[in-house]
Amino acid sequence: MKVLVCISHVPDTTSKINFTDGDTKFDTNGVQFVINPYDEFALTRAMWFKEKQGASVTVVNVGNATTEPTLRKALAIGADDAIRVNTEATDGFFVAKQLAEVVKNGGYDLVLAGKESIDYNGGMVPAMLASILDFNFSNACVGLEIEGTTATISREIDGGKEILSASLPLVIGGQKGLVEEKDLRIPNMRGIMMARKKPLNVVEPVDFDGTTSSASFEKPAPKGACKMVDADNVDELISLLHNEAKVI
Amino acid sequence: MSVLVYAESSEGKFKKVALEATSYGKKVAEQLGTNLVVLTINADETSELNTYGAEKILSVKNDALKSLDAKVIANVIKQASEKEDASVVIIDSSANGLTVAPMVAVSLNAGFASNVVAAPSSTSPFVVKRKAFSNKAFNNTEINTTVKVVGLAKNSFGLHENASSGSTEDFSPSIIESGMTSTSIDKTVGTVTIADADIVVSAGRGLKGPENWGMIEELAEVLGAATACSKPVSDMDWRPHSEHVGQTGKPVSSNLYIAIGISGAIQHLAGINSSKVKVVINTDPEAPFFKAADYGIVGDAFEVVPKLIEKLKSFKANNA
Ligand SMILES: Cc1cc2nc3c(=O)[nH]c(=O)nc-3n(C[C@H](O)[C@H](O)[C@H](O)COP(=O)(O)OP(=O)(O)OC[C@H]3O[C@@H](n4cnc5c(N)ncnc54)[C@H](O)[C@@H]3O)c2cc1C
Ligand SMILES: Nc1ncnc2c1ncn2[C@@H]1O[C@H](COP(=O)(O)O)[C@@H](O)[C@H]1O
Repeated sequence: MKVLVCISHVPDTTSKINFTDGDTKFDTNGVQFVINPYDEFALTRAMWFKEKQGASVTVVNVGNATTEPTLRKALAIGADDAIRVNTEATDGFFVAKQLAEVVKNGGYDLVLAGKESIDYNGGMVPAMLASILDFNFSNACVGLEIEGTTATISREIDGGKEILSASLPLVIGGQKGLVEEKDLRIPNMRGIMMARKKPLNVVEPVDFDGTTSSASFEKPAPKGACKMVDADNVDELISLLHNEAKVI
Repeated sequence: MSVLVYAESSEGKFKKVALEATSYGKKVAEQLGTNLVVLTINADETSELNTYGAEKILSVKNDALKSLDAKVIANVIKQASEKEDASVVIIDSSANGLTVAPMVAVSLNAGFASNVVAAPSSTSPFVVKRKAFSNKAFNNTEINTTVKVVGLAKNSFGLHENASSGSTEDFSPSIIESGMTSTSIDKTVGTVTIADADIVVSAGRGLKGPENWGMIEELAEVLGAATACSKPVSDMDWRPHSEHVGQTGKPVSSNLYIAIGISGAIQHLAGINSSKVKVVINTDPEAPFFKAADYGIVGDAFEVVPKLIEKLKSFKANNA
């Protein structure tokens, strides 16, 4: 089985978000970038396919050279090799087109992605990729087992869970549940040393016109002060929620 | 030309998000000077869509579409949008909507903006405002293609009545073959889910242990709310993973979010920021959550929550 894990390179969850150039560009100054948290679950699940079922694991990112440390980290966690599609990741459709090319050229039968990137929260790349490739697809995946060429998928639906069966090739938008928090791998010294020697192949993008573009960014309007209510006076809270906020 | 909304139904009934998407569709149709067409699959009764502005309803009835995969539904939406020559296709942010929308965009070769929170600020160029950086900011995104797909964020536009006397037309699309088989569906019945809830009652590590969630559930019941929790609480298995909210959990955009014994870490706030009104109950007056809240009580949850339940019960009795 050939597994491809899509890695999105995102600001660490504690990052303060600021913009430059008249609010048209994200200010990366002082921002630390990490593997998208959802992709970490996918990557660890892929490692289990490698260790228990002999799968090969490739990680891929569509991005410029600044994303390489993130790919190296994925290699240190245990992926066999990495691919970087050398271009700016401008929009989800564009990224999905590039990834589809990688999948076709590499003959992968299982593509694991996260359910969304925590930067633009598009939640679009995995479904678009599946659509372009005409592969089976499940979003919000919280469990995945593969026997031969048949996958058993557990996914979250509104108000519950659904179990599905599908044949490979398959694309997954994953999250916690694929593996648990405690199972997540962090790179150790040996992994980091080995990662330096693993192949990180840079490929050039295919042509595809952008379908969307970013015009500008805004921050939410500053919030007013919090109204404090005395702990002995919950009636006042109820009255505020009813009369002022009108939410109950 | 037209604007097409896909209004999802569940067990034949429309959810609020479907009616919100219809309200939004009507607004966009007005901006573009065109008609709103609404597509539904296996809905019992479609007149509600007229209330929110549908000028034409395409009603699909087909048992093969009862629990099928997104690819098949996306293909039906594609056929409807081609038939109606739709220039904008609008899909809600339910679990299914989130899966279907990107697929519709690919099949129509359309630019797609997800998590959109407002009507287009301009239609030529077509610019919509969407959430970015886990609610820490917004991005104004221009969609450059002839056909545009918009994913509408929940509780962002609201319901707007706009009565129209639209006609309902039976629509029989061809159904493509699915590569996926659903073997079981396990839905919790009787409780409100975070996705559907107008009010969410959420608790954190301040509650000390899973045995103390009785009062949280009771408070939620009195308010008709869903229950939620912070990440450590689900990591420790005090509560199921499906209740974990925040940047790496479920997003909450309810009308009211009540946070009990939650400190208000940046990753937690990122997921709940788009809730309209936030109430915090915490023993520590310095808890960062108070900075993000609208109403706060400094106090011990074990004293405040039972009082709140009692008072709310009498409030509900008097305002029933
Ligand atoms: C990559 C990453 C992603 C993350 N994603 C998320 C996420 O999606 N969602 C999330 O929630 N967290 C997330 N976190 C964790 C986050 O940083 C915090 O650790 C977490 O939100 C804290 O949970 P808490 O508020 O329940 O617990 P604590 O921080 O321990 O806070 C407990 C609070 O309860 C109060 N308290 C104590 N006793 C009482 C009492 N009797 N009555 C009332 N109040 C009381 C305390 O004053 C304190 O403020 C993430 C962290 C990382 C690193
Ligand atoms: N630039 C990228 N390179 C590789 N994978 C990506 C990229 N952007 C998104 N993905 C994958 O797609 C998932 C969903 O991302 P998004 O659609 O951007 O929310 C992520 O969790 C990644 O697995």
